[in-house]
Amino acid sequence: MTNLDLILLILMVVAAVWAVMARSLLKAAIGLAIVSIVITIFMFEFSSPLAAVFELSVCSGLITVIFLSTIGLTRPLSHKELLALARDRGRRYGFLPLLVIACGAVLAFLLLKMPLDLEVAKNTIVAGAREVLWNARHLDLFGQIMILLAGVFGAVLLFRENSTDEW
Amino acid sequence: MNGSIAEFFWVFAVFISMLAFAGFYCILVTRNLIRALIGLEILNKAVTLLFIVVGYITGRQALVQALVITTIVIEVVIIVVAGGVIMSVYRNDESLDVRNLRNLKG
Repeated sequence: MTNLDLILLILMVVAAVWAVMARSLLKAAIGLAIVSIVITIFMFEFSSPLAAVFELSVCSGLITVIFLSTIGLTRPLSHKELLALARDRGRRYGFLPLLVIACGAVLAFLLLKMPLDLEVAKNTIVAGAREVLWNARHLDLFGQIMILLAGVFGAVLLFRENSTDEW
Repeated sequence: MNGSIAEFFWVFAVFISMLAFAGFYCILVTRNLIRALIGLEILNKAVTLLFIVVGYITGRQALVQALVITTIVIEVVIIVVAGGVIMSVYRNDESLDVRNLRNLKG
């Protein structure tokens, strides 16, 4: 646990709170990408490079693009509507930083007072990530394929043109 | 489990809980559909980071990487389908407010 880790963790939580509280949805999507990048750095640090590459390319790349296109295809609120909502937003989101800090402080206090005794057994079998990913999985690969197909069919169903309505 | 590993894990656990709390709060409080999706993403990221930290502590990085990659695939599918649903809702109602989605109520 270095100081850099601590700074990165604080940056991650601040970016998450910013993503929740930002008035503009574009800024919220950027905050989400920052959280994702910090997690990628942790993955590289904790010797999980394969997952890190996936996280960097998919979570902070593809998902941000999906969010931006969704935001672009829907109409943002006008300035007047935003002003009308500002007081309401302040009332609803204003407590979030305080609550997050309080949550962290309470947890840290509890853990200092009564640390849980975790038994962790070091794994003796050291397998390569590729081996586990491709050889150690059997039925759950079918589950993953099913989920991908569900996504594809869901997208096709949702974006079908009106002319092919009846079937 | 020696002291330094326990300390290492609990520091991460506290920050991961804060991240998850922000996600829960976002989902509970927001009235915008896209922002609810952002809260879901934040929750997902907290789970991913927890996986990675636990894998590093127990030395099972290979298994954890396979799990994380599966999680990321599911995450993308959820985001794509939910984004499509949100855009369909917007086309129908011209609004992203969840309070306008009560047509089926009662």
